[in-house]
Amino acid sequence: MTRTLKEIAEALNLAAITREDLLARKVTGGYAGDLLSDVLAHAGKGQVWITLQTHANVVAVASAKELCGIIIVHGRTPEEGTLRKAEDEHIPLLVSPLSTYDVVCRLYQLGVKNGEGV
Amino acid sequence: MKEFKADLHIHTCLSPCADLEMSPRNIVSEAKRKGLQVIGICDHNSAENVPAVEKNAVREGILVIGGMEVTSKEEVHILALFGSEERLFSFQGTVHENLHGTNDEKRYGEQVIVNEEEEVIGFSDKLLIGATDITLERLVDLIHEFEGLAIAAHVDREGFGIIGQLGFIPEGLHLDALELADPSKRDRIPQGGRWPFITSSDAHQLQEVGRRSTTFLMEAANIAEIRQCLSSVDERRTRI
Repeated sequence: MTRTLKEIAEALNLAAITREDLLARKVTGGYAGDLLSDVLAHAGKGQVWITLQTHANVVAVASAKELCGIIIVHGRTPEEGTLRKAEDEHIPLLVSPLSTYDVVCRLYQLGVKNGEGV
Repeated sequence: MKEFKADLHIHTCLSPCADLEMSPRNIVSEAKRKGLQVIGICDHNSAENVPAVEKNAVREGILVIGGMEVTSKEEVHILALFGSEERLFSFQGTVHENLHGTNDEKRYGEQVIVNEEEEVIGFSDKLLIGATDITLERLVDLIHEFEGLAIAAHVDREGFGIIGQLGFIPEGLHLDALELADPSKRDRIPQGGRWPFITSSDAHQLQEVGRRSTTFLMEAANIAEIRQCLSSVDERRTRI
């Protein structure tokens, strides 16, 4: 089943830094990575991206790839510039205290999966 | 104006990943053999072997620019080069306040500090291969506050290169130059036309010293002249 960002945020107890209405976005799948060049090359439209990077470039990458949102792991705090850019570009930022592995496992349990052949 | 051959990115035995033979005297004699007139000493997140290299290089008429290869919070490598040891070590103080963890010699390698006679005077117990918690933008500003040059290291390499880590070079980042590991890739760097390029060896082993170098056409060998070369002031030029 397709989850919304809001459902994910509630199930994983994520701290959402975004406008409420953006959380209605549907999550088509997921991608995890901290090398932004790799994310630019391989992430897919509508996916939620799990990363430990907090630099403003994450917003540009998410925007370019039309990702539905970004989950920042380990409770890391996004930089001021990242928060501003996320607001401007309507990219929801969600923060989890968990590691990438644990976030991904929980998302999978919730049914957030990529389609066959992805 | 005169041409000076420079290799601005050389590690010493202080870097855990460098060979122990990367001692000050060996580096200086290898630099001399390779015809280098300027060498930059850039260990990971630390500068303790700069004075020993400098004292040996002076006798050979080689200019040492002391610096370090700092790992930003995003795990981007930035070369920070300074014109004075005082500023270099003040900068190091800030880097070390923001670098956490302890080295494990068995796993990562020894971090040997030596004097000019190449006697071992200590071991750094900092986790020099780790990342600082200084953001890229703050790091570049900090280097400039200490009047240093901030050069993005090996931008053509995926791991720890600014483009690999961050996808592209952030808008408004005040870098002084981009370093290429492979100078033939200069035309393939997106946004590359906006910064001057240098190339250097990133030597971790002795024979690698000077395997790549940058030629600066300038009045004299010092960091102020190199800074002007990077901005092509008057007839000064940088060639890779």
